[in-house]
Amino acid sequence: MAEYWQDLQNQFRLNFIDDDRWQWIVRGLGSTIVITFFALILGVVIGVVIASIRSTYDKNLETYKLRGGIVYPIMRVFNAICNIYLTIVRGTPVVVQLLIAYFIIFASSRNGIMVAVIAFGINSGAYVAEILRGGIMSIDHGQFEAGRSLGFNYLQTMRFIVIPQVFKNVLPSLCNEFITLLKETSIAGYVGIVDLTKAGDLIRGRTFSPFMPLIAVALIYLVIVLILTRLVHRLERRLRSNER
Amino acid sequence: MKLFQKLLAAGMALTMLLAMTACGGSKGTLVMATNATFPPYEFIEDGKIVGIDAEMAAAIAEKLNMTLEIEDVEFGSIVGGVASGKYDIGVAGMTVDPDRLESVNFSESYATGVQVVIVKEDSAIQSLDDLEGKKIGVQQDTTGDIYSTDDFGEENIVRYNKGADAVQALVSDKIDCVIIDNEPAKSFVQNNAGLKILDSEYAVEDYAIAIAKDNDELLKKVNDALAELKAEGKLQEIIDKYIPAE
Repeated sequence: MAEYWQDLQNQFRLNFIDDDRWQWIVRGLGSTIVITFFALILGVVIGVVIASIRSTYDKNLETYKLRGGIVYPIMRVFNAICNIYLTIVRGTPVVVQLLIAYFIIFASSRNGIMVAVIAFGINSGAYVAEILRGGIMSIDHGQFEAGRSLGFNYLQTMRFIVIPQVFKNVLPSLCNEFITLLKETSIAGYVGIVDLTKAGDLIRGRTFSPFMPLIAVALIYLVIVLILTRLVHRLERRLRSNER
Repeated sequence: MKLFQKLLAAGMALTMLLAMTACGGSKGTLVMATNATFPPYEFIEDGKIVGIDAEMAAAIAEKLNMTLEIEDVEFGSIVGGVASGKYDIGVAGMTVDPDRLESVNFSESYATGVQVVIVKEDSAIQSLDDLEGKKIGVQQDTTGDIYSTDDFGEENIVRYNKGADAVQALVSDKIDCVIIDNEPAKSFVQNNAGLKILDSEYAVEDYAIAIAKDNDELLKKVNDALAELKAEGKLQEIIDKYIPAE
């Protein structure tokens, strides 16, 4: 037993203390958090825009057709563009998207982290958009009609009646998407960024002992996800306080 | 006369080896780990892993009367995998260095590798002295990565999974130079217009085969087989096949 502990201690020293290897983990964690945070913001912005266009189109299709004029073809074009975006982003692996962004689209950029933020943000945006649209479409149509008959216009109905309910409904799925995004950033190492996973990889490549670095990296991801889940859970409980 | 003696010795050693393994009964497998993105030492052609290392390992396996099985893995996983017994040998243009020696043993060296610097033809980098503060691309966990991290600082090194990725990044100006082994460097420069290799060499090193620390028997066998291949001129033949003399 004592021998086992001694071995563990040696492993720990070799993997984290020697040559200040722990600094890699710290820097990697920093990059992972930066990429996730900004990609999250970008994803939500894109998601909100796309979801608004798509659900407005779906909800008001009949009205547009009846009224005729320029609005209908314009909305159709917007909707089609959104559909193409969703198809491409959801139809290709995120690693491939990242590589395309790094080596083709932003070929001249020297800022790998920025390219990763944009690539992950665009990717996440598609999923957020569909989550939000699903949320909006799940609200009973009677709610719209009630809003309209109270004298609200379409935007007001959305803002005061529909969106508050949508937010509560989509929160668990959104939290899911954020967790996925955090873990997906682990492929940033493909384009030379030292994120948390790559940091563990670099230590492993130098000490040739896989146990400590891999377990440490896994634990750190787990802790971040636990914190995130806890926060969302608390928010959900707060939002539910008005039910019953 | 000398040649005849050598051949005789090699022949005798071979028969002894064959006799020894024959006693062992069935034909064993020799599992080799490599990272097949490192021409001309190992690369994929027509879906098969070929190159100096692959052919040499096949020749060694033949001498040991074993069947060679090649596993293509990340470069950084080779030493760990060999140490844990997942693979029997690691042959990947791998340099003998003190860190690696703590985990595995190395056979006698079978080739000499040179680390060189690839730059764009119009680059401001003219010699090794100009590398300070420049963005340097490397293949992760290679000696080029380890040496240059020590020499130029963590913040200046960009690590790619493949040497080819580093070269692509150099072509699109994401980095200022690539430090990599001479032989793959030559084929990269040949295949990408506007690149050149600096005249001064960054580092010179010996390539060897990694074998688990507790497997002295295999180490001895491989060393013997290597010595025979050298004596027969077969090793040089394999190297010359992939690296035409200049």
